[in-house]
Amino acid sequence: MKKILLISLISLATVWSQNSSAISTLEDSSKNSSDAIECMEWFVNSNTIECWENGEACNIYKCPEYDLKQHEELLFDDSNDNLVSLLSFIPELIIIIGLLSIILLEIIPNARKWIFHTVTGSIVLAFLYMVLNPSENGTLFMNLIAIDPFSTFFKIIFLVSTLVVVLISDSSIEIKDDIKAEYYFLILVVLLGLFLMSSSINLLMIYLAVELVSIPSYILAGISKNNKSSNEASLKYVIFGSFASGLMLFGLSWLYGLTGSTNIYMVHHALASSGNELMLFMSLLFIMVGFGYKISMAPFHYWTPDVYEGAATPVTAFFSVAPKAAGISILIRFFYTVFTNDSGFSSSSELLDVNWTFIIAVLSALTMTIGNILALYQQNVKRMLAYSSISHVGFMLIGFCVLSYEALASMMFYIFIYLFMNLGAFAVAVFVKNKTGGDNVDDWNGIASKVPLISAFMVIALVSLSGLPPTSGFIAKFYVLAELFRMESYRWLAVVAIINSVISLYYYFRIVKAMYFLESDNKNTDKIEVDIFDKWIVVGLCAQPIIFYIYWSPLLDFIRSSLSIWSS
Amino acid sequence: MNSLILSLLIFLPVIGSIIMLVVAKIKLEGREDFYKIIALFTTGLQLLLAGYLYLNFDPSLTVDNSPFTVQIPWIDYFNIEYFVGIDGLSMPMVLLTALLSFICIIISWNIDKKPLGYFSLFLLLDAGMMGVFLSFDFFLFYIFWEVMLLPMYFLIGIWGGPKRHYAAIKFFLYTLFGSVFMLLGMIALYFYSGAETFNLLTLIQVAPTIDAQLWGYNMQWLIWISLFIGFAIKIPIVPFHTWLPLAHVEAPTAISVILAGVLLKMGAYGLLRISYPLLPGEVIAFAYPLAILGVINIIWGAMNAIAQIDLKKMVAYSSVSHMGYVCLGMAAIVSNDPVGREFGMNGAVMQMFNHGTITAMLFILVGVIYEKAHHRWIVFPSDYEDKDLAGKPGFGGLGSQMPIYTGIVAFTFFAGLGLPGLSGFISEAFCFLGGFSVFKLITVIGTLGILLNAIYFLRAYQRVFLGKLNEKCKEYSDINNLELIAVVPLAIIVLFLGVNPQPLIDIISPAIETIISYITPLN
Repeated sequence: MKKILLISLISLATVWSQNSSAISTLEDSSKNSSDAIECMEWFVNSNTIECWENGEACNIYKCPEYDLKQHEELLFDDSNDNLVSLLSFIPELIIIIGLLSIILLEIIPNARKWIFHTVTGSIVLAFLYMVLNPSENGTLFMNLIAIDPFSTFFKIIFLVSTLVVVLISDSSIEIKDDIKAEYYFLILVVLLGLFLMSSSINLLMIYLAVELVSIPSYILAGISKNNKSSNEASLKYVIFGSFASGLMLFGLSWLYGLTGSTNIYMVHHALASSGNELMLFMSLLFIMVGFGYKISMAPFHYWTPDVYEGAATPVTAFFSVAPKAAGISILIRFFYTVFTNDSGFSSSSELLDVNWTFIIAVLSALTMTIGNILALYQQNVKRMLAYSSISHVGFMLIGFCVLSYEALASMMFYIFIYLFMNLGAFAVAVFVKNKTGGDNVDDWNGIASKVPLISAFMVIALVSLSGLPPTSGFIAKFYVLAELFRMESYRWLAVVAIINSVISLYYYFRIVKAMYFLESDNKNTDKIEVDIFDKWIVVGLCAQPIIFYIYWSPLLDFIRSSLSIWSS
Repeated sequence: MNSLILSLLIFLPVIGSIIMLVVAKIKLEGREDFYKIIALFTTGLQLLLAGYLYLNFDPSLTVDNSPFTVQIPWIDYFNIEYFVGIDGLSMPMVLLTALLSFICIIISWNIDKKPLGYFSLFLLLDAGMMGVFLSFDFFLFYIFWEVMLLPMYFLIGIWGGPKRHYAAIKFFLYTLFGSVFMLLGMIALYFYSGAETFNLLTLIQVAPTIDAQLWGYNMQWLIWISLFIGFAIKIPIVPFHTWLPLAHVEAPTAISVILAGVLLKMGAYGLLRISYPLLPGEVIAFAYPLAILGVINIIWGAMNAIAQIDLKKMVAYSSVSHMGYVCLGMAAIVSNDPVGREFGMNGAVMQMFNHGTITAMLFILVGVIYEKAHHRWIVFPSDYEDKDLAGKPGFGGLGSQMPIYTGIVAFTFFAGLGLPGLSGFISEAFCFLGGFSVFKLITVIGTLGILLNAIYFLRAYQRVFLGKLNEKCKEYSDINNLELIAVVPLAIIVLFLGVNPQPLIDIISPAIETIISYITPLN
């Protein structure tokens, strides 16, 4: 594991050095960068609109003339200093305290048994604090990160998914007891990174947050260190990951070079007034690679099946939800803030007519189709679910290529629903792995007669994943497709999407077929003892598709209100 | 009470299956019959409710002012409503569903493999079917439409014949393929009509005014096609029919009855309930192709049935053929002759009901002989696994061995081939009369179907029941009382409607006239 860490650090360092040199090159070449910074500082320190009178300093990177939106006023409130910021940073601090205490408990003899409780305790505490004491909207740490309902929505997803993963890891046979401490530590570090990812509004902070998620993830993928495929997964993850984040950093550095600012709102204003289309397009592509890799969008998805197959099942469950949600969140925040006119309000359009929504639409169709078609041939359930998660990302991206507020809501609705149904399926996969020791579809044969309740709920999760009524998976798909029609754009995507959902049914129902129709090879038909704890996790997760199917209005209202930062 | 009755019809089976799950938790030892009794009680109550509904039903009232209609907002954001109601089009279907569900529980009495799963899934299926026929909100309709798929998948896949796994997934994929297109059509209707609602009564007002283009095609045409794919797979219209013989043959008897008796009707019902009133312009444009497809169905289904040596497969193909009459009758709506229009449309709906009862009898009777012989071959195929039997007749001379059974089969076969005096004749004649008023040549070709139907039914009857008694059939006992209870009520209905179809026409024709009034002015 040390080796892996070393490799990852080395490759990261290489990428970092290359790109920091890129930044400095661009910085030198853009002779007006100091002016731009001046402009930005002025911008940050004043909320007035009399930029033009400032004369020469802003003539290239024109300061924005139009009214600052309400949220931006909040964002650029300079009354925040770092100490004050900490008050709004308490959920993150709880997590930090949690992960520090893991180290302590690991050292103290006989205290190991408390690690699990510490982890779950700190997650639950952070969750309760965030829900009960919603902080006021604003920015923290000199405009590095934003606190707003949008990030809160995603933070809830991260906390729920991490909690579930911690709970199912406890009984997993793949996570050995002697590495549990490191495992939980890494999970919490990733969680912290996810929190930052969903709220960063600064190019450097974005990069930092992405890396804070990626590096522990590389190690998590290789956590079963005696397992060859786990090591392979980790190495592949490192190589693909560092390459992608290198490209992303390159793109970010271009943006910095173009605008002279690292604050995404500043970047947007500067681009809007002086953009060079080609430069903008190139940097957009590079950044898309970085984010696309995180959410495993085709054609940057190649790492996904190998990593998901090699990693321990709870880790795979975690990867398939939390970092993806974070990738989606940053994709939305970054692209809607930077690359649209008018900062992504309803009926917005692409900045400088750079037609990136078309690229997203094509990649979305590609992602869905590749994910589904390759899933058809998989024998390994984890690998199948990996491809299925790729196809779901393609489906979510449909909401992203329609530039509207409602479409974003549909995308976020989808990811919220996806969280439960996917984790539900993975929770059952962990359970089956624990009981049969196998990952293949054949190992699921005849499970239904041994564990009827869990199998029944697995069927609900799979039906929801394939998007059939009466489950919330259907509602999510319906909502995304409806927004396509409402905005009357890219309607061909709807046809691709529905054909894909028919294809997906086939492989999801291979699992159902194995569970219900086929008989197990060994004649042992005794019922498997089910731990009451496992049972309730599965039931809790898989019951959700039914609950949100029957009544989903409150969830939708919550999502729409969380998008209020963008609605003018 | 009146406002509750439709919801009770839909959700009573759901309650029944929940009670079963509770009972299963209590673990009544050795009392597996309990599930059957719950299922029988639930469907029996449903049948009584449907009967009550029929007695209090006034065909002249529209859904708007019917006392049974319930309209409650469900999801505000999309203006989705829980909107259930009943009119002359859904009334016969509701009666048919309730009756066949009850009968299917009786003929499933011998199921002893996982009875809890079987009966609870069956009740869910029942709820889905009722929901489809009672929904007046397109979204609700779609949801009930899809809800049926999952129980059906399990019922075929677990309790079916040797190729059940393949049949189950094939049925599932085909139907889903159709219904996702229906989903697109539904979303397009929602946005392009400008009304932003799924309420079918509102859509009837606004949908015909849709005027938009997409990819160079008229939007109304695209919506029609996407809905048509969904419904045509269910009917099934010939190029989309290949799931049907497989699913019908592999399914257990009760499920075959439901498949042929109720599920096939949903396609035609969907066309009449949704496509016809909402897209009248496209109906007129599409009438000719629909008539041709209908006649292809009649001929193709009948010729395939002639070629079958498996009794159940023969019956399955006869369903394809009989659904062709429905299509032909529906296409007659473009007739210039008002009598022709009414004959065609009434005939189509009557044929839906009558075929439901007749085909149910056919499948039940095939099930009876299968219980005794454990095979259904009229003639054993030449590659049969037992070499001694290959190419030999499977049955023969059952007439002397099982007289009551033979009599009932003769009755049913004659009903199937459209003997005057039995209900099938009336509805087929109506369909042809309607069809002939517009599509002269096509209808003449279609009437060949009657001849072809007679060929396979009579040939099968001759080979199975007449002649010298086959040695292997000497042990067979006659039809038992349970099976008689299931078949005789259906036979009475077939005979009654054959002699006096007026009660059925009375229910149907007001609804049909409403549909005609949407379309004729445009013609």
